[in-house]
Amino acid sequence: MAATEATLDAQKSAPPAAPAGRSPVAAWSLWLARRLGLAALTLWLVSVLVFLATAALGDPVRAILGKEAETSQGRANQIREQLHLDDSLWDRYWHWLGGLLTGDPGTSVANGLPVSELISDRVLNSAVLVAAAAVIIIPVSFGVALLSARLRGRKGDTAIQVVLLTLAGLPEFIVGIVLVAVFSTVVFHALPAVTISAGGEAPWTQPASMILPVLTLVIAVAPYVIRIMRSTLLEVLDSDYVELARLKGVPEKVVLRRHALRNAIVPGIQVIALQLAWLAGGIVIVEYLFSYPGMGASLVDSVRNSDIPMVQVLAMIIAAVYVIVNLVADVLSILFTPRERTAISS
Amino acid sequence: MTLTTEENTTDLAPVCTVRGLRVGLTHRPGVDVVDGIELALRPGEVVGLVGESGSGKTTVGTAMLGHTRTGAEIESGAVELEGNDILGLAPDEIRLLRGEEVAYMPQDPAAALNPSIRIGRQIVELLELRGIDTAEGRLARAREGLREVALPDDDEFLGRYPHQLSGGQVQRVALAMAFLPRPKVLVLDEPTTGLDVTTQTMVLETMHRLCETHGVAALYVTHDLAVIGNIADRVAVMYAGRIIELGRREQVFEAPTHPYTRALLDAIPHVSQARRLTGIPGSTPAPGRRPGGCRFHDRCAFATPACGEQEPAPVEVAPGHEVRCLRTGEIGSWDINLGRAVDREVPAEREVILSVTGLDVSYGRTQVVHDVSFDLARGECVALVGESGSGKTTISRSIGGLHRQWTGSVVFDGHELAGSARRRPVEDRKRIQYIFQNPYMSLNPRHTVGEIVRRPMELFGLAKGKKATARVEELLDAVALAPSVMSLRTDSLSGGERQRVAIARALAAQPEILVCDEITSALDVSVQGAIVELLERLRTQRGISMLFVTHNLALVRSIADRVDILQGGRLVESGPVVRVMEDPQQDYTRTLLDNTPRID
Amino acid sequence: MSAISATAGLTRVGRSPRLVVGLVLTAVVVLVAVIGPWLAPYGENQITGDPYSDTGFLGTDYLGQDVWSRVLYGGRSVLVVALLATVVGVVAGVLIGVLAAYIGGWFDEVVMRLNDVVLAFPQILLTLLVLSTVEQPTWWMIVLLVGLSHAPRVARVSRGVAMGLVKRDFVTSAEALGESRARVVLAEVLPNMSAPLLAEAGLRLTYSIGMVAGIGFLGFSTDPGAADWGQMINENRLALLVQPWGVLAPVILIGIFAIGTNLMADGITQLTSKGEDR
Repeated sequence: MAATEATLDAQKSAPPAAPAGRSPVAAWSLWLARRLGLAALTLWLVSVLVFLATAALGDPVRAILGKEAETSQGRANQIREQLHLDDSLWDRYWHWLGGLLTGDPGTSVANGLPVSELISDRVLNSAVLVAAAAVIIIPVSFGVALLSARLRGRKGDTAIQVVLLTLAGLPEFIVGIVLVAVFSTVVFHALPAVTISAGGEAPWTQPASMILPVLTLVIAVAPYVIRIMRSTLLEVLDSDYVELARLKGVPEKVVLRRHALRNAIVPGIQVIALQLAWLAGGIVIVEYLFSYPGMGASLVDSVRNSDIPMVQVLAMIIAAVYVIVNLVADVLSILFTPRERTAISS
Repeated sequence: MTLTTEENTTDLAPVCTVRGLRVGLTHRPGVDVVDGIELALRPGEVVGLVGESGSGKTTVGTAMLGHTRTGAEIESGAVELEGNDILGLAPDEIRLLRGEEVAYMPQDPAAALNPSIRIGRQIVELLELRGIDTAEGRLARAREGLREVALPDDDEFLGRYPHQLSGGQVQRVALAMAFLPRPKVLVLDEPTTGLDVTTQTMVLETMHRLCETHGVAALYVTHDLAVIGNIADRVAVMYAGRIIELGRREQVFEAPTHPYTRALLDAIPHVSQARRLTGIPGSTPAPGRRPGGCRFHDRCAFATPACGEQEPAPVEVAPGHEVRCLRTGEIGSWDINLGRAVDREVPAEREVILSVTGLDVSYGRTQVVHDVSFDLARGECVALVGESGSGKTTISRSIGGLHRQWTGSVVFDGHELAGSARRRPVEDRKRIQYIFQNPYMSLNPRHTVGEIVRRPMELFGLAKGKKATARVEELLDAVALAPSVMSLRTDSLSGGERQRVAIARALAAQPEILVCDEITSALDVSVQGAIVELLERLRTQRGISMLFVTHNLALVRSIADRVDILQGGRLVESGPVVRVMEDPQQDYTRTLLDNTPRID
Repeated sequence: MSAISATAGLTRVGRSPRLVVGLVLTAVVVLVAVIGPWLAPYGENQITGDPYSDTGFLGTDYLGQDVWSRVLYGGRSVLVVALLATVVGVVAGVLIGVLAAYIGGWFDEVVMRLNDVVLAFPQILLTLLVLSTVEQPTWWMIVLLVGLSHAPRVARVSRGVAMGLVKRDFVTSAEALGESRARVVLAEVLPNMSAPLLAEAGLRLTYSIGMVAGIGFLGFSTDPGAADWGQMINENRLALLVQPWGVLAPVILIGIFAIGTNLMADGITQLTSKGEDR
């Protein structure tokens, strides 16, 4: 019988370290290359969608000039030429994509300046806004989720849940307006309601004016993150391996730190990535509300002016942020999940 | 395969004693999960705690460590470890006893090992936390522990994650982990459920050897009487939260005294003889729905009015053999031979209805079944037997039309069957019916029992309207269900009742062949007995042929005419059941038979 | 029978305080929007005083129109557009998700890959892209744009739910009996998805109201003169200091509605997961 045992075991055990023809380095590079390729493919499809939505649906000349389109023939022709509207859709797309890739995304229809020049400051300003929000969101979410999971089922947990649920439903501009009403107009007059940056000065030179926009983003995002992380933590705490750890006599602190948190980290990464990507779009309304000089506010202005080259580039940047954040989250998730990690290197 | 300790351990003083243990539900005062539990464990002894689902056996198991699952709490009683009641200790003190004094081996070690910690670290975790030994000493101990359970002890193995181990390896790692701090008591909670028989034997042997060498007292919690019959020195039978019979193994198996123990023994199949399996009517009541008096009286064939009023106290019927029954001594003795049946003779003339030749089946690019041929005659039951990965279910799914990636020839009543059910003519789909393993998954929870059973009749144009309703009633009656279940959804039915509904649905199509895929393996033995009884009746009364897929050779002896043994997708041996079981020609068949637990 | 199940349903609803509170909050706002126009003391565009004055219950707005009357008028368009957008998004999303799960294989692969592409656009961005090329958006355009921005998200959720169902044995069993594919989807798969889909629809309604009002707030109006909660916030927001009600009244109503639908969605999830426990 001993012989059967051995053969059965040999059949069933997955040989984990056996190099399957390839070295781990090669396997990892191949895997990474595939991920990057997929991301590039997604971005390319995104560019097609952006182009079609902006260039093929309506008549840009009519959109820009409105009722003047018929009367000022000269201006119309000028725009047609600037946007190469007489070329075929196909040619225009490749011309645009080529420009995008070589760092020359065209010129603004509204004021004739190069798009790249108009947006560079704005992208930086938005990045600072999002980064400031993220720096607050991540630790706060982890902390509150842990607290809530430890208080599970008690009054404190229920109270936290009710507050979070209420906040999670609110649209970001509602949150923003209420904050403005409370802190800078109706109730208190403590903080500036809008960002006034004179002469292209960076908004963070006046930190007080950043408080409300950042706070709005935090309130719009954190409740959702906390709720997901709490339920992940509870799921892990209910798992068989946490129960075994307790039955093995492992102290509760170690159970939480070593057994629970380690397995809750991957869902945590994923929800944070999703929300960071959401922030890329969330800034549109928040920046507009606070007149914050970022790409969101710029996008709203460009849309209103039908400044199509600007809209296209800003949309591409926002979509690219989403794709990249997701790529990073995917890679991190796999690095933190032994099962996935070992599947690649063997 | 008999592993019990030869020398008598009953003289030794118990290392752990449970007295008057009661566990209740936190939110429903007065409702107990288990009550009046008395148990003593002696060093080196294995005590089997056996019961069907809902009996409270796992609750007793974890209570030995002063632990209950959420929603339950230990209300009274004592768990004395070398004379000290651990239930009276503070949580922190109990925690220090866990692992070092009382260890626990979980139901499903695959889920109970942390997926993101390497096994080398998990094994030594407790030693590390308690500051036992140096880092090197701990590592040496881990290696020794792994050697003891016949696993590799090299760094590569210690560096693996749980998902990189096979089922049997995971079990043995969990064993090594439990034994490492040298506990005095070990609680094992169904540790071999779901394992193949050969792996099961190996895990049980390892466990037994370790208990003996280290003088550990083990409480082995399981639903499987056959396993208990092989490894336990003493047996405690639980029903609805009570230990209803307790005695040495041979006392319980040879002279069972409680009607429930007897009914359980009548329900389990033996590998050495064909038996008329019977079930127990009804199902085990959940906490809060248990009847007063003797908790078994409403299902008991021997019950008198007094049984419903008076809770029986334990009666000692022989030294060390206690039974909780009012009618002990009045209900006669039990004889194993009463349930014995004559082995089936296969007639010389077989009218073959389904013939499989050269069947190859693949999933994607992997071929899982290789060149399998067998046949099935009218009114016959053919068993396809094998361990996991043998391809038995794959073959049955191909024949049932659920899997289409196969080649070869399947001739049904004179014509070739098409690959998938969708490509088969209505007649074929109607005449071959498939019953699934898990009745919790195979019935749509949104439909009522009436809708489920009636649907095949409508689909195949067999009956509609009032006539169909009448037929549904008839069929429910045939599977021993009351007509009142018609308007119920399946979530209010027990597992056994659901499987009966699934059988009724299959019968509604008036099939000639039933393909039964492990249809009793998700059910308790007493329910399995009843289902087997039902299938046998259908086969003889309606002349339905059955293809019975199972991993349980003992069951095959009682239910099938012919058996086909499969290994790794190939047919190893086939023939009439008696011949294959009494005179196996192949090594593999012999291995399977040797590893199947025997009760006699 | 149906009366029994209706009362049974009601008692079940009563078991989740969140669901009850959510239903009440939502109903209040819907009631205001539906019967509001009949209760309004003044017309939608009637000038009742100086701009930003205290005249009337909630004062006047930037043109001197009565804020209270415009609040009562301005809910219908927002709620109807949000509701229709939700219906469009949920129906399209469920269709895509369930078909992808049921058909599987390359179809699933391609559809979900394309879905990922659309997901790369934050919801409001897709709408803004199209708005940049039109002179004046129409209400059905907003319905379609908001609905379509929901669709890939709903598709992802419903595919996930359906994936757990299409491999269940009861679906396989229906396939083996030879039920038509449409019946398998409609009678076997979809009924088992009702609870998670209802919760998802509630969530989508929450986001719809935010987006529809948000589009008005950004100043992209389908009908510039009309009373519309989103638009009102934009029109009056510069005077928050002087006459806050022109902004705060619609903000409060939108907020209550969003909280209500979100509580409803959570209540449904809570109820069904409780149901599974038993």
